[in-house]
Amino acid sequence: MVTGIIGKKVGMTQLFGPDGTVRPVTVIQAGPCVVVQAKNVPSDGYDAVQLGLVEERPAKVGKPLAGHFKKAGVPPTRVRREVRVAPGGEPLKAGDQVLVAGVFNAGDRVDVIGTSRGHGFQGVIKRHHFGGGRATHGSMFHRAPGSIGASSYPSRVVKGMRAAGHMGHTRVTTRNLRIERIDTENHLLMVRGAVPGADGGYLIIRKAVAPKREPQPQVEKAAKGAPQGGARASKPKK
Amino acid sequence: MSARAIDGIERGQLVERPQLRSGDTVRVHVKVREGDKERIQVFEGIVIGMHRGGSRATFTVRKVSFGQGVERIFPLHSPIIDKVDVVRSARVRRAKLYFLRALKGKAARMKEARRTA
Repeated sequence: MVTGIIGKKVGMTQLFGPDGTVRPVTVIQAGPCVVVQAKNVPSDGYDAVQLGLVEERPAKVGKPLAGHFKKAGVPPTRVRREVRVAPGGEPLKAGDQVLVAGVFNAGDRVDVIGTSRGHGFQGVIKRHHFGGGRATHGSMFHRAPGSIGASSYPSRVVKGMRAAGHMGHTRVTTRNLRIERIDTENHLLMVRGAVPGADGGYLIIRKAVAPKREPQPQVEKAAKGAPQGGARASKPKK
Repeated sequence: MSARAIDGIERGQLVERPQLRSGDTVRVHVKVREGDKERIQVFEGIVIGMHRGGSRATFTVRKVSFGQGVERIFPLHSPIIDKVDVVRSARVRRAKLYFLRALKGKAARMKEARRTA
């Protein structure tokens, strides 16, 4: 059993629930994928598959990669990602197809991994939510980071000090998103909530590592015997 | 490709609704669930604004209930709306009638529009 699939973020929209609630969803073009390489315990030390996302045009690859794809007997793909294989089910071979319907069901919890939007070199206010100083009244401290430590002791800046620098464009995981709907025909996955990165970005969707339980509606238990005294215990009129 | 995928999803959610405009007086039939029974409740008032956008479209209905102004924003294609009746349409010269919030009684009346529907 494959535990994940490669996808492409399409964008966000909203769906209506049966009770009329509006649910924000991210639409993901998930798959179809092919197995480019199957890894197993004897040869690699762990069970996994390398998936390739099949897109309209095959990718242009150099000779070494072309040989890698040729070995699997699949046309080259632009995106390849490795996904763990859960025990059980028959092992996948290179060249096998992996589709959304075979991996997920509506209602499942998933983790979505992507590359966040790049923000370039940013100061400390945007990057680390520093407060900054006054704009006016003679203040000479506006958006600077302030003190970064003591002087002669320790005579250095402590590691991990928050500072200005490149923000965004890192691998981000959003955990425990609920699959609201699956469109098997068009390979679309609708996941509740937002997902890292810009539209068109590549994502890995995997089964949630620590799935949250579905919220159960609170049901009032049937009252046992006669209601006890007091205004609170009395039944509402109806 | 991406836009088409979302369009397809949104088109599937569209429900047939009458052409609404700001200034229309409408009766919105809302499905209300009480326990496991379902009944229809009517919310009647003036449309003071439309927010277009395919399946994400909404409209705001304002009414004065026991002297208290009440506004409700409905998703146009929401499954809890059974139907929407247009009772009358007023001649209005702007898209958002937020100025009605400051008016009451006779001042909040509006002239009927002659619309060929």
